[in-house]
Amino acid sequence: MSNLLPSLWQRLFGTGRRAAPTLAEPRPAAPLAAPPTVLDLDIAPTDPLAVYFQANAQPVELDKLNFESPALQRLKASGAKLVVPLVSQGELIGLINLGPRRSEQDYSADDRGLLSNLATQAAPAVRVAQLVRQQQLEAQERERMEQELRVARLIQQTLLPRELPALAGWQLSAYYQPARAVGGDFYDFVRFDDGRLALIIGDVTDKGVPAALVMATTRSILRSGAQRWAAPGRVLEYANDMLVGDIPPKMFVTCLFAVLEPATGRLVFANAGHDLPYRRHAGGVAEMRAVGMPLGLLPGMHYEEREVVLEPGDSVLLYSDGLVEAHNPAREMFGFPRLQACLGRHPGGAGLVDFLLAERARFVGPDWDQEDDTALVIVQREALPAGGWQTLASFDWPSEPGNERLAMEKVAEAVRQHAALPPGRLEKLKTAVAEATMNAMEHGNKFQPDVCVHFEVRASAGAVAVQITDQGGAPDRAAETPNLDAKLAGQQSPRGWGLFLIKNMVDEMHVTSDRHTHTVELVMRREESNRGD
Amino acid sequence: MATKALETSVRRAGVVSVISLEGEIDGFAEEALNHAYTAAAAPDVTAVLLKFDRVDYINSTGIALIVGLLAQARKSGRRLLTSGLSQHYREIFQITRLSDFMQIYPDEATALAQNA
Repeated sequence: MSNLLPSLWQRLFGTGRRAAPTLAEPRPAAPLAAPPTVLDLDIAPTDPLAVYFQANAQPVELDKLNFESPALQRLKASGAKLVVPLVSQGELIGLINLGPRRSEQDYSADDRGLLSNLATQAAPAVRVAQLVRQQQLEAQERERMEQELRVARLIQQTLLPRELPALAGWQLSAYYQPARAVGGDFYDFVRFDDGRLALIIGDVTDKGVPAALVMATTRSILRSGAQRWAAPGRVLEYANDMLVGDIPPKMFVTCLFAVLEPATGRLVFANAGHDLPYRRHAGGVAEMRAVGMPLGLLPGMHYEEREVVLEPGDSVLLYSDGLVEAHNPAREMFGFPRLQACLGRHPGGAGLVDFLLAERARFVGPDWDQEDDTALVIVQREALPAGGWQTLASFDWPSEPGNERLAMEKVAEAVRQHAALPPGRLEKLKTAVAEATMNAMEHGNKFQPDVCVHFEVRASAGAVAVQITDQGGAPDRAAETPNLDAKLAGQQSPRGWGLFLIKNMVDEMHVTSDRHTHTVELVMRREESNRGD
Repeated sequence: MATKALETSVRRAGVVSVISLEGEIDGFAEEALNHAYTAAAAPDVTAVLLKFDRVDYINSTGIALIVGLLAQARKSGRRLLTSGLSQHYREIFQITRLSDFMQIYPDEATALAQNA
């Protein structure tokens, strides 16, 4: 009741006091045209006056009431003479206060009867009006909150990447689902000119517009830091120092910042208090640990940098707590062990996002109300086909002196894009390709610019093979084994190193010929092995 | 052809002539390389250092050119030295046994310090 009374008339007629025409503040000598006003009176539930009216819902002359009551004192001080309680369904919802009659006579029994009837009929209407007004206010509040959520969602959706970066030899997938009360989750990608790619995921504590604004700021800071350093630890240090002075109290940001080198699979990462990413590889599923405090808590923080090398078929999952902190009806959490087990059961690839969401849905049950935002980013190095060969490049190159260098680079680029060989072994393959190409252009195609050498670059799970085909048919290309002592003594030409280099650079060399073509196939395994020769 | 022609410069460091190489050592490099060696092989020079720091490609023809220089140097009693070879080309020098006849140093300073 105490909550209803003070705002009774405001709720009925708005905040303008002159808008309450039926209730006049008692004014004994008031001019006839004096406007009625609302007495803003808060009657506590324990006030004896409230207790009195609950028991006596009849008009009463205030002079006849003598007990200690703050409300009664205020009524008397306002000049009220007669008070008529408005009671609806046993609840006191307001008072009609009347001053002395202009005839200066007491209110008669008829007056009180009339007022009592009026109060009886008016009370339900007042109550209905109160409820309508209350619903209007609640609807306005809901609309305000919905509007805030719309703004927060808009901020987030505007700033999340619209499309995934395309990386040859890699699959990227991302998922974002805001909870009803939008949080501050985000993910981002930043491309560098040298082909590297930054993968970022973060989570701002708090929800709604404040979290969305901090998320937007953090994202901008991280992007500008990435452009300057491209070193995850250094970028997080910078972001922390930028945020720590300005972030609202009790807010902070967790963030995982990683830089991927697609050519080698090297992933360097640093972590500002974010959930540890998981790496799925042939040996199982492992957490990727790096130490660092969340952003915005303390100045001058250092962020440890760690790195892993992702082999073909390996994948890394970055995620926000909306995934692991989902609860089932028994209030059990989805949790890290369950997530790790899920990752171990799935082969990875594009279906992993759907698989994880389905596992969570199975865990939380059908009536689950999403508690927090969910953000997922998965990067997977494509697996090379087991046992089979995948073509990485196929091209022709004109036979001119010096062109072997360009053809060699083109082969290397294809191998590098698919990260099919470690850098040291790629260097060896390059030398072998250059030498075989020189032979093909010179001995096979006789340096005729309009006769091309054909290249096929293929990869399997364990090796790269390059076929180099010229149009020279099956010539006699036997070459003597170079002997440096003999060459230095003038007994052999200084030249004749090509075939020797090829055989020493690659793991296997196969030569096939027919009447028209001559093909050298160079095979380089991913791993060094005992050649046995 | 978009290959990078070999550029050379020659200077003296005591009894050692230093040939700085920049570009590619292949068939196109023959004239520049021989010219540089001739300039480097003054009568009082006991060793010629080939600096490979800025060489990013050597093919079998380039190896043959180096063999030619080595033969010339040995004929006149000079040592041929190298510095700045990448790991990959250092391995090629070992496979071809060039490293049996040419001392390989990590950098010019080390080479000069040990051949002053």
